[in-house]
Amino acid sequence: MEYNGGSVVAMIGKDCVAIASDLRLGQQSVGVAMNFDKVFPVNDKLYYGLPGLATDVYTLREQLRFRVNMYRMKEEREITPKTFTHLVSSTLYEKRFGPYFIEPVVAGLPSPTELDPHPKPFISTMDTIGCITTPKDFAVAGTASNKLFGVAEGLWEPDLEPEDLFETISQTLLNAVDRDALSGWGAIVHVITHDKVITRQLRARMD
Amino acid sequence: MECAFAITGKDFVLIASDMSAGRSIIQMKSNENKITPVGPNLAMACGGEPGDTSRFADYVDRNLRLYHIRNNFPLPPPSAASWVRRILAESIRSRSPYAVNVLLGGFDTTTSKPHLYWLDYLGTKADIPYAAQGVGMYVTLSTMDKWWYENIERREALDVLNKCVDEVKKRVTIKFDFNCVLIDKDGVHSLDLKSQDPIAELEAKVAAMKPSDPEPIIPSSDAPAIAAA
Repeated sequence: MEYNGGSVVAMIGKDCVAIASDLRLGQQSVGVAMNFDKVFPVNDKLYYGLPGLATDVYTLREQLRFRVNMYRMKEEREITPKTFTHLVSSTLYEKRFGPYFIEPVVAGLPSPTELDPHPKPFISTMDTIGCITTPKDFAVAGTASNKLFGVAEGLWEPDLEPEDLFETISQTLLNAVDRDALSGWGAIVHVITHDKVITRQLRARMD
Repeated sequence: MECAFAITGKDFVLIASDMSAGRSIIQMKSNENKITPVGPNLAMACGGEPGDTSRFADYVDRNLRLYHIRNNFPLPPPSAASWVRRILAESIRSRSPYAVNVLLGGFDTTTSKPHLYWLDYLGTKADIPYAAQGVGMYVTLSTMDKWWYENIERREALDVLNKCVDEVKKRVTIKFDFNCVLIDKDGVHSLDLKSQDPIAELEAKVAAMKPSDPEPIIPSSDAPAIAAA
């Protein structure tokens, strides 16, 4: 966790969700790369972030890509954020006694169905062995998680429109990682809405 | 105690590594080559536990050659890096992990782009323009931060590399000798850092070889791509 550094935050808005991460990859105090994205897409309405040990970021991403592809082929439909959360959770719990050192964050917009024509935006987080939390406001993880909690608590408000949510999550992430030596070195934000995903790289402090 | 670093440029990658071998404070050898060519346009600098490094380099080399023979095409650098990473990641959670840190540099002949990957024994992979590993990391990274720029030419990149070597000699207590390879579209070439103009020597060598020797499809195992200094 503290070996490579890195943080992820996700927030709920009005008919939108946002997920953001920093771009640092370190080896303890030495910065190695500033292009290490920790947020990955599942489909155009579902993203997830994997802060933690970098080797497990790759391993878990490969594993999840495989499992989502198998799900897609068997079920012939896209996975919902809730199902995906449980998929991640069981993938983590499989390694209960030798865990992946990752605390995943999932953010997605469920598609409307007949049973649920107006689904709510969805975010969730897990611990390293897959215990799920589904907050109604924001989710944080990584080495700056304590700072992210504080800033997000102060800045977040309910029913933010996509552009306001972008501003809120960006300010939350930037101000939190600037106080954390192991996170930062650039940031990337994804705002997921029903018709598009807005992805922006932020200009951050590079020291 | 080791030290390796690498620089990508416009159409090439430079990899330099120290050549010391020994245990704790005793150096038993100062001409141990730690850079292995693992494909026609791919080379790897291995550092870490002495036995593991050579075994790992051999394992990677032979598997990549098997791929080349089977498919009549070498594995391109990004795919090779993903494969090497996977080996390291699977190894770290096994009973006998490889304690090996790798700098993998290659030239992708399909896209004509250089690639450099920083890999550690855990299976961490970073795709970066310049990298360092070992004790030299603490002094050479800042040197490369200052002098490297996008699309740097060969001679300028070699100047940066020499600055790094000088910095290591100046700031690191242990005395290192370095060897160096340059990887480009023509293959993996060793450079003599002590010569006046290694790039000119290389260009002369490549020009002399070209008309008579067409590039072998399968890399020959006993071709001494890097002469031990």
